[in-house]
Amino acid sequence: MKNLTALELSRKIKEKEISIKEVLDYTFKSMEDNKDLNSFVLEMRDEAYRQAEDVQKKIDANEELSSLAGVPIAIKDNICIEGMRTTCCSKMLENFIPTYSATVIERLRAAGLIIVGKTNMDEFAMGSTGETGYFGPCVNPINKGYVTGGSSGGSAAAIASGQVKLALGSDTGGSIRLPGAYCNVVGIKPTYGTVSRNGLIAYASSFDQIGPMAENVADAAALLEIISGHDAFDSTSLNKESYDFSGFLNDFAGENTINGNALNINALNENALNENALNENALNGNALNINISNKIATNEIKVDNISNINNLKGLKIGIPVDYLGDGLDDEIRESIYKTKEILEKAGAIVSEFEMGMFKYSVPAYYIIACAEASSNLERYDGVKYGLRAKDYSELHSMYKKSRSQGFGAEVKKRIMLGSFLLSSGYYDAYYIKALKTRELIKQCFENALNTYDCILLPVSPSTAPRLGESLKNPLKMYLSDVYNVSANLCGLPAIVFPAGESREGLPIGLQFIGRRFGEQEILYAAATCEAAGRGPESKAACEAHERGVV
Amino acid sequence: MAEYETVIGLEVHVELATKTKIFCGCSTKFGARPNENTCPVCMGMPGTLPVLNKKVVEYAIAVGLALNCDISRYSKFDRKNYFYPDNPQNYQISQLYMPICTNGFVNVTAGEGSKKIRIHEIHMEEDAGKLIHDDEEDVSLIDYNRAGVPLIEIVSEPDMSNAEEVIAYLKKLKTVIGYLGASDCKLQEGSMRADVNLSVRPVGKKELGTRTEMKNLSSFRAISRAIENEKKRQIKLIENGERVIQQTRHWDDKKGESYSMRSKEDAMDYRYFPEPDLMPLIISEKWIDEIKANEPEMAEQKIERYILQFNIPRYDAEQITSEKKFTEIFEETVDLGANPKKVSNWIMGETMRILKEEKDEPENLNISPKHLAKLIEIVDNNTINSSVAKDVFLQVYKNDVDPEVFVRENSLAQVSDAGELEGIILRILSENPKSVGDYMAGKKKAIGFLVGQTMKATKGTADPAMVNKLLTKLLNGYGN
Repeated sequence: MKNLTALELSRKIKEKEISIKEVLDYTFKSMEDNKDLNSFVLEMRDEAYRQAEDVQKKIDANEELSSLAGVPIAIKDNICIEGMRTTCCSKMLENFIPTYSATVIERLRAAGLIIVGKTNMDEFAMGSTGETGYFGPCVNPINKGYVTGGSSGGSAAAIASGQVKLALGSDTGGSIRLPGAYCNVVGIKPTYGTVSRNGLIAYASSFDQIGPMAENVADAAALLEIISGHDAFDSTSLNKESYDFSGFLNDFAGENTINGNALNINALNENALNENALNENALNGNALNINISNKIATNEIKVDNISNINNLKGLKIGIPVDYLGDGLDDEIRESIYKTKEILEKAGAIVSEFEMGMFKYSVPAYYIIACAEASSNLERYDGVKYGLRAKDYSELHSMYKKSRSQGFGAEVKKRIMLGSFLLSSGYYDAYYIKALKTRELIKQCFENALNTYDCILLPVSPSTAPRLGESLKNPLKMYLSDVYNVSANLCGLPAIVFPAGESREGLPIGLQFIGRRFGEQEILYAAATCEAAGRGPESKAACEAHERGVV
Repeated sequence: MAEYETVIGLEVHVELATKTKIFCGCSTKFGARPNENTCPVCMGMPGTLPVLNKKVVEYAIAVGLALNCDISRYSKFDRKNYFYPDNPQNYQISQLYMPICTNGFVNVTAGEGSKKIRIHEIHMEEDAGKLIHDDEEDVSLIDYNRAGVPLIEIVSEPDMSNAEEVIAYLKKLKTVIGYLGASDCKLQEGSMRADVNLSVRPVGKKELGTRTEMKNLSSFRAISRAIENEKKRQIKLIENGERVIQQTRHWDDKKGESYSMRSKEDAMDYRYFPEPDLMPLIISEKWIDEIKANEPEMAEQKIERYILQFNIPRYDAEQITSEKKFTEIFEETVDLGANPKKVSNWIMGETMRILKEEKDEPENLNISPKHLAKLIEIVDNNTINSSVAKDVFLQVYKNDVDPEVFVRENSLAQVSDAGELEGIILRILSENPKSVGDYMAGKKKAIGFLVGQTMKATKGTADPAMVNKLLTKLLNGYGN
């Protein structure tokens, strides 16, 4: 089972070569064996077996199910599941049980995936290392002395250790990509508005996006397709006719062409908003008309065969050299250039260029994210749910004590920072300035993406730090997001993929950032790099497999 | 003592009459069990998101158009952050930077003529829940049924100078909004809430004085009294050489005075910022045109139509259209075939008189048109006389009785059987020889007393004209 992809596993389940129950037995055994990684904060054993029975019945009745039906999946603990404790790895929500399920959960269930548990994370997704959660740090399975990266650390580690083949994470400023890079896992931060945020416990609303994490690009693409789509419960969800991310990947060996499977762009920029179709799209200042379908069509990219080295023919990829300056480990810079060679061999046209605004992305991101977070986290007050301190004297003492006791240090820091930034007298100086900066950064990316189909970037300036090392140097931790926050600031899709390892044997991950709704191009580029031998079969990953972790 | 003038601006909250809340599908129905009309969204559960109710925007635009506002083609929601348990998210979704309507006005009639009151803006927002303090158990309970009920806030310019103008302005808003069906605007029930911003300045001085904001004004009378009281309080402070402090004050209508809730120094910093969970609102010309086209008939139009169609005096038409409820009763009663002028008389006469006497609001009227039409019919066909009709109307007003049934059950039908009346009159004449004697002696006025006695004997049901005629006939024949 360990050598199967999630898509293959689902196929075998449907062909009745293996039952879902057998898959679950294996999964829960593996979860048991990997307890030391602290990947899971909740096992959903009973639920999973119950769900498995339902799905198995459908399979036995030969009902048509999704490409990933029957495959176990882990869910980051900031996504609500009705009746299942959902904590955001905060003491504040230690005993919180949601009364409703996130839209993505409904979608996964409808597609027949089996939810096996909730994964560990940084508290309220605030952290880049996977260490700030109330239930203790996530441990990197590739080298247990190291962090997983965060905040979706548990999801990444659960995949990297083979406990599951699929997981959901969320990405506000790199929270899927950083752990993906540190753990040799593929992860996608979709275009903002692609995946419903309904039921995702908010950190920074205008950046948050749920995304798939998997062992390989094809599995991730298939999962993305299942969770994508318009949702009337999320006003920022986009209304698109179809989200076909995996069709062309499934046919790697076949004759499918990208333009044959191109996104139906006509329906693309119709912002959905609520059922009343009230609002028009606001992201990117209403300028959604990035006509990528035409571009793909005229480029005539053909996916004849994945082994065909010309399969990226005509794809234009940009490397922003100003992003590769001081602070970036040489080994990662080298990996960028090795990847460039792979891409060129595959027929892509890779050019270096200056993006601009590089040093402003982290400040702009943290100002906006903390401001939104300070407001989003106001609802945790001890009144309605969550922790209420015991020893309060009146209302304000209840608020203060509950919040002081419920939140961890990192969360408090960001709430205080955000409250300060929104205070009268500072709002214009910081918040408004950050919004303007965000617009300028968007323009830089828009300009670049007018020229290039996608952009190649590092994910982190270095490989995974040792456990405990980063919290002493928070500024360094914030700077580790420097390559990631731009995609969130601009609402653009990004994919992290394994790109080799350092001399120490630690994984290196890189990312492609695409145009709005340019998921196809970045998936394709990442799949090409993966196929060139830098995928999950990298040395470290192989070793993890050999060690019998899987 | 210097002469002072008062400067007043109003912030009026109006609960919109939508079926569901502003950001979720919960019912807005009044009177449900505590927390019956709630869901994860309006309870502020983690992970929930607001989705804007289109009807709210339509009502806001309709009110804006009726109040001569500019309708923003691009409008946004903002978060107003403050901690209080009635507010489940601890922020209120409101509009600060880009409200839906700006720059309007209404003309009101107060005192000697018409005055233009400018409207600064109208914005949309969500209402909060209700806190109930239980002193016995020493706990506070929260009912979130009202949390998320849609509101518009209508902010006027400081264009009013006395209570009369304020009330005329509020009545105007109430009428306009009532006609649009956007709200029932009940002050007592809180579906209309007015906060009064008031300052005073010596006559002739240009710059405004320091203002206070008065809250908890739940009737026109309370508003009147609070304005009078606050004006005096501020003048007294200034005369005593003290300073008016910018503050929010709470009106206690029982005590007839106000107290300070919070002053500007400890005013909250609401940390407003654009609501990231909602998209900006882009309002098309087409949509505005549709709302304009669907605007119901307003008072001015009804006045002209009533004069033309029903041939009633302009004064009557103006009186009836002063309240939407009157027009409903009027139109429906006339539809049932009643004479328009007679319906108008009942509305302008008894209805308004009793309303005033009972200090009741027109929207509470419970007169069914069917019964009013019936009342007019039985007066017309002489079943009852006009003085009995007033008593019957009071019963229609109070209990919406069927006049025909009521008259029958209480034997109020007019006695117009000459034979029966003659018998009664003869008895009265024999019981009152002195009056009869006076009449015979030439004091013709004595007949009045005898008419009164006859009416009394018939409990007012006799036809007075017939009584007069019969009495004269009988008296003139009496001596013979």
